[in-house]
Amino acid sequence: MFLLKLLLKNAFRHKLRTTLTMVGLVVAICAFGLLRTIVDAWYAGVEGSSSTRLVTRSNISLTFPLPLNYAQRLRAVEGVRQVSWANWFGGVYITERNFFPQFAVDPATYLPLYPEYRLPDEQKLAFFRDRQGAVVGRKLADKFGWKLGDAIPLRGTIYPGTWTFTLRGIWDGAEARTDESQMLVHWGYINEAIRQRFKGRADAVGVYILGIDEPQNAATVGRRVDALFANSLAETMTETEAAFQLSFVSMSEAILVAVQAVSFIIVLIIMAVMANTMTMTARERLAEYATLKALGFSPGFVVRLLFGESLLIAALGGVAGLLLTLPLAALFRSAVGTLFPVFQVSGLTMALQLAAALGVGAVAAAWPAWKMSRIDIVAGLRHV
Amino acid sequence: MTAPAPPTPLIRISHLSKGYVRGGQAIPVLLDIDFDVMAGEFVALMGPSGSGKSTLLNLIAGIDKPSSGTIEIGGVDIAGLSEGQLADWRATNVGFIFQFYNLLPVLSAFDNVELPLLLTGLSARERQARVAAVLGLVGLSDRADHYPGELSGGQQQRVAIARALVTDPQLIVADEPTGDLDRATGEEVLGLLDQLVHALGKTIVMVTHDPKAAARAGRLVHLEKGVLVDAAPAAH
Repeated sequence: MFLLKLLLKNAFRHKLRTTLTMVGLVVAICAFGLLRTIVDAWYAGVEGSSSTRLVTRSNISLTFPLPLNYAQRLRAVEGVRQVSWANWFGGVYITERNFFPQFAVDPATYLPLYPEYRLPDEQKLAFFRDRQGAVVGRKLADKFGWKLGDAIPLRGTIYPGTWTFTLRGIWDGAEARTDESQMLVHWGYINEAIRQRFKGRADAVGVYILGIDEPQNAATVGRRVDALFANSLAETMTETEAAFQLSFVSMSEAILVAVQAVSFIIVLIIMAVMANTMTMTARERLAEYATLKALGFSPGFVVRLLFGESLLIAALGGVAGLLLTLPLAALFRSAVGTLFPVFQVSGLTMALQLAAALGVGAVAAAWPAWKMSRIDIVAGLRHV
Repeated sequence: MTAPAPPTPLIRISHLSKGYVRGGQAIPVLLDIDFDVMAGEFVALMGPSGSGKSTLLNLIAGIDKPSSGTIEIGGVDIAGLSEGQLADWRATNVGFIFQFYNLLPVLSAFDNVELPLLLTGLSARERQARVAAVLGLVGLSDRADHYPGELSGGQQQRVAIARALVTDPQLIVADEPTGDLDRATGEEVLGLLDQLVHALGKTIVMVTHDPKAAARAGRLVHLEKGVLVDAAPAAH
């Protein structure tokens, strides 16, 4: 109790110094949390993947389509429960800066594969009925202020021309990590138009999405699918949805590593700053620690005093940094719009923020605590 | 009928030497000191700077270790104690009074005085009672809640004296207790030390440069270049 009282009083003895140290910690912990959240956001697609979905694409490259008639053969593969397909539409809404993902899908088979997209039945029905209809995630609708019935014109980049879709539904994600930044349109409508304009490009599928019965059968089913199309003109590569998403993330891995490195460097910098503060503090109180030891207090008491003070400042800075991260993340989320489909400070990030803050506190106190515990009483008492 | 046993000294120092090694060179500070202090005595250690008087006081207080010789205090050879044992011994047997008071500035007078009691097994109520008593003894009952920065030098030194007294140690060591005080305040503090010896029977070993302060002691011990040159009763 006395130890707590003394370390509390010591911690706020130099209010300006303690406040500046805490502000530094708040900034560092906040930056650490935000950078980690950016990395997490990059991996959100992987995290949000279902273990019962496989993705089949061309073995050559994702840019090479697969024939539509594969769907029938895929349905017959043992272990495959559902089959759907999707094409990257790649349209531009007003300007390229408004980027968001658009997929041309077969709604009747696609939506049952994505139960995490919570779409009211009447909106689902309206989407099914309107071949020019589209559904979007809540986040995307909110970003552009779209309402049901709005016309959404997209300038095609892969599929030339201007395509106008009518908004028929807005889905809410079942979980916070569910992607709400996409737009889905009818593959059939696009395919029909393409058939009329560019005959050779019709009936082409970007990827097949397979619903499987059991997650543990994923590898076996994938091998079966790829074996089925081996030595054909369009060989396939089947992988789990998570692996498929990860292949996109790995393209920007160097950036992610750099972001992660920066987040740790920030913590290291504040660690050095705080270690300097604690060393300065300890040096100033040399005579006090010597007095305590002369009175009979053990070196361990001095160690606990310094560690306690450092950990207290670090914990306060860490908690403040953590609390500030949440509104800043929300601000960041609204600023970047749909660039990150999911931008949420995870529980793990929060735990790491606190651990980093306490780690900073502990490391910062280690040297001065060791030094002060070994201080020669006589020399210390001379230090006035 | 047998004669009463002669009183045994509280402090018995034999063949005490202390030296340092600096830059590979041995520097002697105290040389073969033999010196006793009886219980209830007020001894002033005097001598020029570098004579070893503070070193001798530190050795008696158990905050420094001799190079050779023995320091028996209350029958315990403290030269043979480990660091941990010495810390425990100091907590119960020695009261410290420093020139610059050495109070913790973040603690009130009350809390500063209570500090040594935290190392005892006393309950909070017992501690409170003891602190109140010693603060009363030094005339600072009304300043218990004041912080050192809110007290004058003399008052701070009185708080330090209360802190030295609170565990009721037999021995009190004082290093230039009036060195940072004006004449009148110094006199007050010396009067208080006198009171500790005569009213409470405490044994005080005090280092001082001030002949007037030394004159308040019962015995003067002169040191020069680490050697005891004179141990005469003080001229009151």
